[in-house]
Amino acid sequence: MLTGILQETDSGLYACNVPGTTGRLRRACVGIIGCGGLGSNAAVALVRAGIGRLILADFDTVALSNLNRQHYFLPDVGKHKVTALAEHLRAIDPTVHLDLHPVEVTSESLNDVFNPVDVLIEAVDRAETKHALIHAWHRLHPDIPMIVGNGIAGYGNTDTIQVIRTGTIIYCGDMISESRDGLASPRVLIVAAMQANVALELLLEGNQS
Amino acid sequence: MITINNRDTRDWRPGITVRDLLNEMGYVYVLITVTVNGELIDDNEYDSFEIPDGSFVRAIHIHHGG
Repeated sequence: MLTGILQETDSGLYACNVPGTTGRLRRACVGIIGCGGLGSNAAVALVRAGIGRLILADFDTVALSNLNRQHYFLPDVGKHKVTALAEHLRAIDPTVHLDLHPVEVTSESLNDVFNPVDVLIEAVDRAETKHALIHAWHRLHPDIPMIVGNGIAGYGNTDTIQVIRTGTIIYCGDMISESRDGLASPRVLIVAAMQANVALELLLEGNQS
Repeated sequence: MITINNRDTRDWRPGITVRDLLNEMGYVYVLITVTVNGELIDDNEYDSFEIPDGSFVRAIHIHHGG
């Protein structure tokens, strides 16, 4: 019953989507490594857009200091991020298929957690981990795109945030700022939305239905 | 000629490697990813991968924050 109401083409959840895109997005699977500022907000954008399946991984729990930029709320503090995020995503669309992994993803476990995906969003915090995961993913799946968040700190300077496309590795961010400079919600959300938007673009390339 | 990050250029010479180019550019930061004509180059190939003339190179510094 609920599924039917959500999927009504003229009044349902996705009635305002770009015509002809919803079917393809419902069949798509996007992986997200890290459910912090980038990952949690990208996940919300993707579920609202109509993505049918997400694979989410994060070893961490929600801390109060996360709430200035991450898509969590006071009652979430102390919960695993993937668990709390799943509740919020299902509150948007209870029919979305979610695979939850409350683990730290390494180069060794990357393939086990994110196989298969159509697109992978990289949203971890540590630069060393990002670097290792970019190379590991490219060795494993050179033809499956990875969308990397790179440079999200500070405030203002919106026009320095960009997308750089290098083969199947695509970077979103200002390519300069470090999280130790301080993190504010707007720039983090901009980059998260850019990552989600690039994912849609890739998934809908040559869209026919 | 080699174009770096759509911004800088360097003269090409036979045998120039990714490592040579990074040194010339002063890119000594360890956490960097390099693509040559869209192909990601593995870290352990920097000393051996020879950049073709006319290549477009991207050297991206990876930063904390996610």
